[in-house]
Amino acid sequence: MKKLIALLLTCVLSASVLTGCGNADKYPNGKVYVYNWGEYIDPETIEMFEKETGIQVVYDEFDTNETMYPKVEAGTSRYDVVCPSDYMIQKMVDNDLLAELNWDNLPNAKANIGEQYYEQSLAFDPGNKYSVPYCWGTVGILYNTKMVDGPVDSWSILWDEKYADSILMQDSVRDLFMVALASLGYSLNSTDEAELQEAKELLIAQKPLVQAYVIDQVRDKMIGNEAALGVIYSGEAIYTQRENPDLAYVIPKEGTNVWIDSWVIPKNCQNKENAEKFIDFMCRDDIALMNFDFITYSTPNTAARELIEDEDIKNSDIAFPDLSLYKLETYSYLGEEADTLYNELWKEIKSN
Amino acid sequence: MRNAAKKIYITLIFIFLYAPIVTLIVLSFNASKSRAKWGGFTLKWYQNLFKNQDILNALWNTLLIAFLSAFIATVIGTIACIAIQSMKKRNRTILIGITNIPMLNAEIVTGISLMLLFIVLGMNFGFLTILLAHITFNIPYVILSIMPRMKQLNPSTYEAALDLGASHMKAFFSVTFPDILPGILSGFLMAFTMSLDDFIITHFTKGPGIDTLSTKIYTEVKKGIKPEMYALSTLIFLTVLVLLILVNRSPKEKDV
Repeated sequence: MKKLIALLLTCVLSASVLTGCGNADKYPNGKVYVYNWGEYIDPETIEMFEKETGIQVVYDEFDTNETMYPKVEAGTSRYDVVCPSDYMIQKMVDNDLLAELNWDNLPNAKANIGEQYYEQSLAFDPGNKYSVPYCWGTVGILYNTKMVDGPVDSWSILWDEKYADSILMQDSVRDLFMVALASLGYSLNSTDEAELQEAKELLIAQKPLVQAYVIDQVRDKMIGNEAALGVIYSGEAIYTQRENPDLAYVIPKEGTNVWIDSWVIPKNCQNKENAEKFIDFMCRDDIALMNFDFITYSTPNTAARELIEDEDIKNSDIAFPDLSLYKLETYSYLGEEADTLYNELWKEIKSN
Repeated sequence: MRNAAKKIYITLIFIFLYAPIVTLIVLSFNASKSRAKWGGFTLKWYQNLFKNQDILNALWNTLLIAFLSAFIATVIGTIACIAIQSMKKRNRTILIGITNIPMLNAEIVTGISLMLLFIVLGMNFGFLTILLAHITFNIPYVILSIMPRMKQLNPSTYEAALDLGASHMKAFFSVTFPDILPGILSGFLMAFTMSLDDFIITHFTKGPGIDTLSTKIYTEVKKGIKPEMYALSTLIFLTVLVLLILVNRSPKEKDV
């Protein structure tokens, strides 16, 4: 028994030692610690970066902004590059967690990322000091053209009793209230209690018509013809359409949320130089194209868009809507008080 | 009539228990990525699975951490049980109470406090921190399953062994140990499974570049779980099933 334990421990120790060494020759230029969403990068691009720069990428993934935040704040792993969403970037800026970018080290980011995405970023990153857009998209209505009459262009169709029990709504506070706030014509970042109460009443009135409040299942239920209308992210719309050609995606005329996930560098990073090299590499047109093909979420990289061979996708209104044509708003961080208010109203809707 | 009702009842229970697993197994052979559409039979997810180094690494980490943490926790837990058993009543109650706290504690509290502790100690987050965290939350489960066995022990047998000239070690391994072995084994298995499917504590104590299956699967939430995971889950389920059948069959043969 003792021998067995000793043997096991030796194996584990030697395994950990062996994997620890031997990288110095292959990667003369150190490491870069990257923290990104799951399935949010083409793994091949990482290998290419390692080969071209001699920097080893230690890659890690998170599932929501909220699980990412405490880990970066606590500094457990001291990541060099992180990819949060808009409102979370604002929260990180507010709490002084981010390092300012040196734009001289980011020539690709300056040249290839479209001006309109930087403008959109101003809402959460004033002065474009901290973030480089990586992926973006809108929230809209996915509908089944065989089950819904006529063209859809407004959120109001989600209150149409004709489609009772075949409407899917998002099961997340901000995305749910966004629909009501937009159709009432209010700001998507409203913290006004009267406006929010009005939105709540509207959502309660809608509740009998809603088949389910879901997140991931919107995709599968729409593909399987289980529902006629669903609120969905534009990035998923292209994929669902490929699986079920009857589906169409539309950005309602009242406006909607546009979200942006951007690269940022935490203040407690270990190697800012490598971090900037990594970000700039990801902004190179061919690399951005590979990532677009892999993730299928819209890329803000206009140079990469030019390289897309499939004309339908290149000119797709879903993947690349002209931002100036729609009333769009990014989410901003509303502060704790407003967060609580949203959550309480959400509970009231759910328990009603 | 009563028999029929019984059968219907048991069938329903089994349907509830196994329908999700059967769905998952069926989906692992679905050529379409979407769960709503049957795209024909395929084995490609299984092929992809064995080509996907990330998932295989995560699987290896999961099994290694589960085995090591369960093993070490079992050793520590067994020793703790021996000590607790020989304590006075009051101290024993207090100590058992203390060891139960981590079990009652919300996982996220345990996870965050361990993370803070490791930060204070200046440790590098990685394999070692996950392992330590898993050992920590496994120990109470081991104690919980060994303690009842300990209480049933007749202290006289151990004393008799000592009287007959055995050393404390010898007496423990030849008298006490065989008696509490079922408790130790079930404690080990419980610790193993707890470690296998833990997500929250692992999430807070892991460093960059290392993933267990549960953290790997959670990160796929944003873009949808990949069918490779269905394939892997199917394989794990079948392995466990075969193991269970083997375990349950062998004692019967001995009895005969």
